[in-house]
Amino acid sequence: MNRKKTLCALAAMLALSLSSAATAAAHAELLAHHAAAAKAANPAFAGFSVERGRLLHTRSFAGGKPETPACTSCHGNDPRAAGRTPSGKNIDPLAISVSPARYTDPAKVDKWFRRNCIEVLGRECSALEKGDWLSYVISQ
Amino acid sequence: MNAPVRPLAIGLLALAFSAIVLGRAQAGGGHYFPPVADPLVREECGSCHLAFAPSMLPARSWARLLADLQNHFGDDASVDAATAARIGDYLAANAADSGGRRYGEKLLRGVGAASSPLRITELPKWVKEHREIRNTEWRRREIGSRANCTACHRDAERGYYDD
Ligand code: HEC
Ligand code: HEC
Ligand code: HEC
Repeated sequence: MNRKKTLCALAAMLALSLSSAATAAAHAELLAHHAAAAKAANPAFAGFSVERGRLLHTRSFAGGKPETPACTSCHGNDPRAAGRTPSGKNIDPLAISVSPARYTDPAKVDKWFRRNCIEVLGRECSALEKGDWLSYVISQ
Repeated sequence: MNAPVRPLAIGLLALAFSAIVLGRAQAGGGHYFPPVADPLVREECGSCHLAFAPSMLPARSWARLLADLQNHFGDDASVDAATAARIGDYLAANAADSGGRRYGEKLLRGVGAASSPLRITELPKWVKEHREIRNTEWRRREIGSRANCTACHRDAERGYYDD
């Protein structure tokens, strides 16, 4: 009985660490992809910065829609808390510590970078900006 | 003597209960609009706002919306062509003038056969149902937009609009 329980717990732990290993691998791959693009755009590229990512996330821009000048306009100031769109739909937190399934589908990440950067900055984000931003939310 | 009565009573009670629930679901009298059941449509059309019930607009309106997702009320809601086709099929099949007729028929009152409105919130019947809400109310921060159905209809995600 007890052994069975221990086994179950072990299996659960294994499954959990396997899935978080898979998530970590997906994140590393995504960052590597953006790093290659950033390097191609600028040979002096020296790595992403969590701090630059945080600034991008919280800064107000003038180039996009006046109702949504910053990423935080929808995602909120705390990456560990839920956000809200202007039409009232809740958005799950961005921080990996609370939303572990995030940033594992590159097509989804691409789609929302395109939409949201145009919405906020009035243009697409560069590979450097994307990598910085991802480094920031993955660190949270 | 007592034994067989009890299961019977429970059975009857369950029957009565499901009749009430079914009755509510089938009333189709402007209260119930089946929510989007397709996970792809929920994902693609339910991230920025409530995934609006397909039975709230006629098929021609959905087709018009899908034809220009790039310029969607000031947002870029575009998806690849295959995804758009799948979403379009689902919405057309369950629209207010097709599969969703018994739910959406009343909401379409006053909409001419030649017009394809892009907004639920501009349907004459919708405007009539909401005419008592004042302008200041719409602008309250928690509401923000007429399209934020869930702010006032707490069960909108489940298809109920009667409170
Ligand atoms: C107008 C509201 C809005 C603004 C402003 C906004 N976002 Fe988003 N964002 C969303 C919505 C809605 C989603 C999709 C829902 C979800 O993933 O939970 C999303 C998802 C994302 C995703 C995909 C996450 C994943 O799980 O793959 C990324 C990346 C993202 N946003 C980045 C940004 C960045 C960077 C900014 C600022 C430049 C920004 N967003 C500003 C609304 C917004
Ligand atoms: C990137 C964000 C985004 C996505 C994705 C999106 N929409 Fe919208 N949608 C909006 C915005 C913004 C409005 C305007 C809301 C307002 O007036 O407050 C809107 C409004 C609407 C309306 C009109 C609401 C009214 O006022 O009655 C309909 C219908 C609609 N969307 C359908 C869809 C469908 C179908 C899809 C999926 C193919 C979709 N939307 C995906 C942002 C989005
Ligand atoms: C500011 C609050 C508010 C918002 C936002 C709102 N409604 Fe309503 N709605 C009401 C009120 C109040 C009534 C009238 C209640 C009644 O008669 O039972 C109503 C009535 C309705 C009815 C008729 C229900 C019946 O009992 O016949 C429908 C259908 C409906 N709303 C749909 C919507 C949809 C769809 C949206 C979003 C596109 C929406 N509403 C947004 C407040 C709101």
